[in-house]
Amino acid sequence: MFVTSAFAQESAPAVEGAGTEGQTHSGTSAPAEAHGAFPPFDPATFPSQLLWLAITFGLFYLFLKRVVMPRVGGIIDVRNDRITQDLDHADRLKKEADAAVAAYEQELVEAKARANTIGQQANDAAKAEAEAARKKVEAELDQKLGEAEARISSIKASAMKEVGTIAEDTASAIVEALVGGKANKAEIAAAVKSVAR
Amino acid sequence: MAADKVDPIHQFHIVKLIPINIGGYDLSFTNSALFMVATVAVASAFLYLTTSSRSLVPGRLQSVSEMAYEFVSNMLRDAAGTQGLKFFPFVFSLFMFVLVANLLGLFPYFFTVTSHIIVTFGLAALVIGTVIVYGFMKHGVGFLKLFVPHGVPVFLLPLVVLIEVISFVSRPVSLSVRLFANMLAGHITLKVFSGFVVSLSALGAVGVAGSILPLAMAVALTALELLVAFLQAYVFAVLTCMYLNDALHPGH
Repeated sequence: MFVTSAFAQESAPAVEGAGTEGQTHSGTSAPAEAHGAFPPFDPATFPSQLLWLAITFGLFYLFLKRVVMPRVGGIIDVRNDRITQDLDHADRLKKEADAAVAAYEQELVEAKARANTIGQQANDAAKAEAEAARKKVEAELDQKLGEAEARISSIKASAMKEVGTIAEDTASAIVEALVGGKANKAEIAAAVKSVAR
Repeated sequence: MAADKVDPIHQFHIVKLIPINIGGYDLSFTNSALFMVATVAVASAFLYLTTSSRSLVPGRLQSVSEMAYEFVSNMLRDAAGTQGLKFFPFVFSLFMFVLVANLLGLFPYFFTVTSHIIVTFGLAALVIGTVIVYGFMKHGVGFLKLFVPHGVPVFLLPLVVLIEVISFVSRPVSLSVRLFANMLAGHITLKVFSGFVVSLSALGAVGVAGSILPLAMAVALTALELLVAFLQAYVFAVLTCMYLNDALHPGH
């Protein structure tokens, strides 16, 4: 409170000019007393402060509502739209990339299967060819073997035939040497035949 | 004059700049009115100029404007739901006005608009007036359900209703006094400590050395006041949102 009274003394001359004007209108309160009160609680300043608060705050409200807030809201909306759009775009690109990877893998699987069948076919064909060649060679060999056997048996038969004549000649020569004179050819042949049997 | 400089109340004095008198009421353009105009001009200019480029990728200052916008928007949506967004311009104006007025008041030789209770009371009365008018417009007599909480035993009801009414009536008072007292006390403290620095330095070498302590205090208090300036604007806006929520949903 001592501050208030001290200030009242000091400010009394300073507010004299305003006070005289105030006195003509209100008249009742002494200017030194009215302005000596703790300033925030001085009712003399209330009407002016309220009026100017109403004017300034009212204009501020209108300005913000009409100009600033639509603008800031617009900026933020545009940005959010843009971000959603970009995210959608990124999502779509990702899906496309996934589809491409899936298609590639599908193709890879198909190509592998195709390669397997081709390999199998080649393998089978080679086997069949080898088998055919083997059979052909075997048949040729069999034929040659048969021919050879037939020749051997014919050679053998002719050889055996010649063995008979040689034995008859030998036997007749031996008989001639032993007995002297000519031996009967028919008898000798019969004798050789009985021995050979 | 030396005593006048250290007088911590001096900064709150209203000085008439352009005397206006209408119908016996003193409606002069004072230093308080000047700083109201300055507050509005600074806040409007900042919000208007920083967003004028409408960049998709905001610069620093545009980010500040957008942050303030989204900050208040989220605050209101959290407290009063999506329906509360019709009050968004009102709450945003209140928040920006109080914040800029508080911050401007921190400059030396500047007048602090919010250190006068009639200003804060005017804003608080505006808030409560909006709540009452909108509440009755939207819900009619149903708005009075605000004073009758659910699930209270009948014999306790008169007492509870009385308490609710008192708490409602004290809202504009608490809302205005909280802001006013914070700003007033902060500025007085700052002025007192700064005054110590001046008085001590006048005592010679020892005094100058001794004045380092109050100087450090004054610096620390300035930082604290910066925080308080923001915090009080935030508190004012949050409480406004909660009171508006009562106007929108009085049933609980």
